[in-house]
Amino acid sequence: MSKIATKATDVADGVAGTSMDTVELTPGIAARLGSIWSSDIVWSFRHSPVTIVAALVFTSLLLAAVFAPWISPYTPFDPASLNLMDGFTPPMSTGMGSGAMYWLGTDDQGRDVFSTILYGMRLSLFIGIAAVAFAAVVGVTLGLIAGYTGGWVDALIMRIADIQLTFPSIMVALLIFGIARGLTPPELRDQMAIWVLILSIGLSEWVQFARTVRGSAMVEVKKDYVQAARLLGRKPHHILRKHILPNVLGPVSVIATIYLALAIITEATLSFLGVGAPPTSPSLGTLISIGQDYLFSGEWWILLFPSLTLLALALSVNLLGDWLRDALNPKLQ
Amino acid sequence: MSAVVSEFASSTEAGQALVEVRALTRRFDVSSPWLNRVLQREPRRILTAVDDVSFDIARGSTYALVGESGSGKSTIAKMVLGLLAPSAGQVLIDGSDLSRADAAANANVRRRVQMIFQDPHASLNPRWRVGDIISEPIEAFGLAANSGERADRVVELLAQVGLSAADATKFPHQFSGGQKQRIGIARALASNPEFIVCDEPTSALDVSVQAQVLNLMRDLQAELGLTYLFITHDLSVVQYMADEVGVLYLGRLVETASREALFASPRHPYTRMLLEAAPRLDGFGREHVIDGGEIPDPINPPAGCHYHPRCPLANARCQSEIPLVRDVQWSRVACHEAEHTGL
Repeated sequence: MSKIATKATDVADGVAGTSMDTVELTPGIAARLGSIWSSDIVWSFRHSPVTIVAALVFTSLLLAAVFAPWISPYTPFDPASLNLMDGFTPPMSTGMGSGAMYWLGTDDQGRDVFSTILYGMRLSLFIGIAAVAFAAVVGVTLGLIAGYTGGWVDALIMRIADIQLTFPSIMVALLIFGIARGLTPPELRDQMAIWVLILSIGLSEWVQFARTVRGSAMVEVKKDYVQAARLLGRKPHHILRKHILPNVLGPVSVIATIYLALAIITEATLSFLGVGAPPTSPSLGTLISIGQDYLFSGEWWILLFPSLTLLALALSVNLLGDWLRDALNPKLQ
Repeated sequence: MSAVVSEFASSTEAGQALVEVRALTRRFDVSSPWLNRVLQREPRRILTAVDDVSFDIARGSTYALVGESGSGKSTIAKMVLGLLAPSAGQVLIDGSDLSRADAAANANVRRRVQMIFQDPHASLNPRWRVGDIISEPIEAFGLAANSGERADRVVELLAQVGLSAADATKFPHQFSGGQKQRIGIARALASNPEFIVCDEPTSALDVSVQAQVLNLMRDLQAELGLTYLFITHDLSVVQYMADEVGVLYLGRLVETASREALFASPRHPYTRMLLEAAPRLDGFGREHVIDGGEIPDPINPPAGCHYHPRCPLANARCQSEIPLVRDVQWSRVACHEAEHTGL
């Protein structure tokens, strides 16, 4: 035994040479941070000014949304704190009723536009992230099952996906939203609206996750490491979770980022059409919908600022998604 | 004559068979989908990848399966491992049939059978650390009481294949091809197997690394008493590793012999052709007389002896009658004309 071991070690050292030098055996925290700093993905981030700006914009919007209750100067949805005399205050002016300062003006009911944007963004981001997470879970699960099982299960799942792809996703979301809303009791509709939105947007976006994961899973299943796991008598769900899933998650993160922008826009569209978030807890889409009523009467700020926020949010997420796609694509490096 | 027989006789003949392959057959349905068949009036197309193959592997020996691409080597390997159900016949590992045994007995047999794969880059999960890869069989079969014991065993296995304990925390992409194959061997050894199927374990490696890996496998065999089924198309590897050799042609075993007998006096015309065709270092300037032709379409194989279209000895009988396996001198050969292939 020891004879074999030493002999083989000599051999291994001879072969290893080059690759052993580049790898540290016990990396310290500093070395680990250094290796992250010089890794490909961080390098491509540091060398893309557009991405850095997008990340800054998105991070500040995200922080503003998360800490909205502490940042916003007013509580716009508390009727007791509203002063109707402050209605239609232009930006950077004081209200006629209370004399309070409104940076971005107020809407028809005297609600501070800046505060409503913060709360609206909070809702938009929450619905978007939850919908994408839901779509990713559904899509990745179905894609893994289709790619691993093959046969009629694969055919069934992918035909459903194909059929769904023939409709615009906003139409699918509208359809699911309508059905789900019809099924909820009327007194719960406003409370359930957000969850119904997440469900309908999520179900309208799972297809791309499923298709991508299925393709990757079909490639991975044929690899020998899956055979090795089968040889141990591992069950399919174990092989899918532990072996195949980690190897198909790369593209999923890219799709999730790009679809986050899409989900936010879909939610805004639905709310703009009046079927999304209720006016009592408005999202950015609801605010834009309210604002467009006053555009031609001169109160432009009610429409403009929520729209700019939505634009900044969707654009920054989209740019981040594009960067992630390119950074993870080995063919572009 | 008897002296010659004993010289060529397999050294492991007396050993008890650990693996018995009995009349193993596998057919694949490669027909087009049902609707296409109906519309285009196509018949079903059946591919017989493995046709009535039988052999034994003695405990502690190495049995090499040789053949061209498409001869059914890997299909046999999958059936021996229980990854693919045979259409007919059976594989007995120490007397128990992997495809029929109940689940509990199955796990016990499975533990004793492992595999070393051809492509070391695809056989290790790129997202797993080497330590996790090697400890998976230990965990799957419950061979260690706790994680500490498991880690000790991983270090021991790494040392056994010539890697260091620190390698357990690395990912596969940090290793060279030869080192990856060592990791693959360590994983195969992790469940304390008795029988290892090696599917062309060196064909994806650099020539300089091949010998190291083969030496390691031989040392491990001597140390642990392993039994190997060695699948390869490289005759020099066969000469180095095998005790017994089986030559496959289009799913049929055409010749079985000890390594010495096969290389000294090949009986089947196909075996002779393979040995002739192998490139050698001393072969410069030599004229090779090689039977022409490619391996035929396995969906419509030639009638009678599959080899007759390429065979220099073929006659009318070869075209109609499947040759049975029989003893010719020191080999078991499936050929009507085996007596006439003399040197």
